[in-house]
Amino acid sequence: MAFRDGPFENLKVPLAWTAAVVAVVGVVGAGVLLMTDRKTPEGGSSVQGVRGGVEAVAGPVGGVLSAPVRWAGSVGDAVGGYFFAVSENRKLKAEVAELKAWKAEAVALKNVNARYEALLGLRLDPPVPTVAARAVLESRGPFSRSKLLDVGAARGVHVGNPVVDENGLVGRVTGVTGGVSRMVLLTDVASRTPVLIERTDARAVLTGDGSNSPRLDFIRGVGALKAGDRVLSSGDGGGLPRGLPVGVVAKGMDGAWRVKLFSDRGAVDYVRVLLFQNFAQLVDPNALNAPPLAGLNTAPEPTAQQAAAIGDAAARRQAQAQAQAERARAAAAAAAATAAPNPTSSPAAGGATPAATQRPTTARPASPRPSSTQAAPSGQTPPPQAAAPQATAPGPTTEGQR
Amino acid sequence: MRRPVAVRVVGPLQWVVYPSLAAVAATVILGTPIQLFGLRLPEPVVPMVLAFSWPLIRPSMVAAVVLFALGLFLDLFWNAPLGLWPLCLMAVYGVLLLSRNLLAGHEGLIRLGWYVACTLGAFGLAYVIVTVRAGNAPSLYAVFGQIAPTLLLYPLANWMIERFDDGDIRFR
Repeated sequence: MAFRDGPFENLKVPLAWTAAVVAVVGVVGAGVLLMTDRKTPEGGSSVQGVRGGVEAVAGPVGGVLSAPVRWAGSVGDAVGGYFFAVSENRKLKAEVAELKAWKAEAVALKNVNARYEALLGLRLDPPVPTVAARAVLESRGPFSRSKLLDVGAARGVHVGNPVVDENGLVGRVTGVTGGVSRMVLLTDVASRTPVLIERTDARAVLTGDGSNSPRLDFIRGVGALKAGDRVLSSGDGGGLPRGLPVGVVAKGMDGAWRVKLFSDRGAVDYVRVLLFQNFAQLVDPNALNAPPLAGLNTAPEPTAQQAAAIGDAAARRQAQAQAQAERARAAAAAAAATAAPNPTSSPAAGGATPAATQRPTTARPASPRPSSTQAAPSGQTPPPQAAAPQATAPGPTTEGQR
Repeated sequence: MRRPVAVRVVGPLQWVVYPSLAAVAATVILGTPIQLFGLRLPEPVVPMVLAFSWPLIRPSMVAAVVLFALGLFLDLFWNAPLGLWPLCLMAVYGVLLLSRNLLAGHEGLIRLGWYVACTLGAFGLAYVIVTVRAGNAPSLYAVFGQIAPTLLLYPLANWMIERFDDGDIRFR
């Protein structure tokens, strides 16, 4: 039968069976997809190309949908500001009065801190550049909590960049396209954030579980935290800067320690992406094994001239050490000689003194322990101070050096 | 003389394509970051309605393929593990396809009970998969926070079945 005669017109397939076959194939395909989608070491997805394509389309759509929400919010703020201006003014005045004292204290502490940093020669973190962004879409489910931001690689955003709002840390970027990026929240079930308790400096890992208050796991130390403690990012691992405010410790309904996030104080609509590079990304592991270090084991043989110079320096160092030991021995003998005719010393003490003074000079001439401290228990006249430094030159804590 | 009767053809466009587009639109709209008085929009799994109603309306390859595509869309849109929701939705579809003879003719509480069971089963499967992948169990409160609005969509599934089920015994 020719094709134009429609050979498939009367073809009847069993609908239920074909649908079942498609369902089975779908289940198998979904399983394969689940195994294919893996996390990259940077925190992104192995199928970022597909995800990025959908997000590039969804981002502008979300921007359009969220625009009326923003406008309505602005109108609401304007109306509220008009009607509540007096009470808000009163509240702000009280707040300013309170903050003035804090400001004076902060200025003084900043000054002191700067002096300490200069004295200690601390290497501080460089300032981190930021990019302002707006959340255009979000997912709030138990299996995924994330937001789509309207900035991307074109503005310098990378996978792993931390995201903060005016209250504190919000999440991290896990996927980037040209103009849109995906931020996973601290509450996401796959989120792990190294944190510290401000009061005790104890370390813990903030583990999201899809609820509004993530859990604190791996808390170091007993009694390291209590309800109300502030939680900051610890910066451990180099993925986040240290000291970003995260939240406040609270006891959860399940008895676990949880954190009430600062970012929950308001709507997370406008955020700042910190263009912070993970320390681990700055160093290429292969570069550490590159020839400069590998070459340490394969140094070339010294030339005859170099060998002679090395031998000369070693001989000179040995002679110097022998002369130093000799001088120490002579000084100890002189000290013993001055101590022997002393009439005030008892026979027992006098008998003990030579042994006490002899032992260090003969056994360990270059001992870091000063000879004066060894002679002191005899209760006799201490040896000349000039001899001590010579005998104990390597020791940094001799009395003569002090 | 008989009056001409307008016959409305109900094809896949009506009972597969338009509802799936509506599900996508509803998901996107509910993904808008709105927070009013500290409350956010709910986030139900809208395609669960289709996964429940399509096999009861009639078996169809097109419906199964579209359902798989809807699951993929959910994964990509919500940043869930790729394959999570296709697996859960196809599992619901497959189970109902197998048991549609059992369910035929039942309405009311029986149908609602099946919808609740299918939804809980799908979420249970998703819970296990996410727990294994992340090495961390999601909060049950949060899971029920998504199950509840999904269950509230049952009237839509019921309406779809009533609207498109033609009772043709050839499909039984």
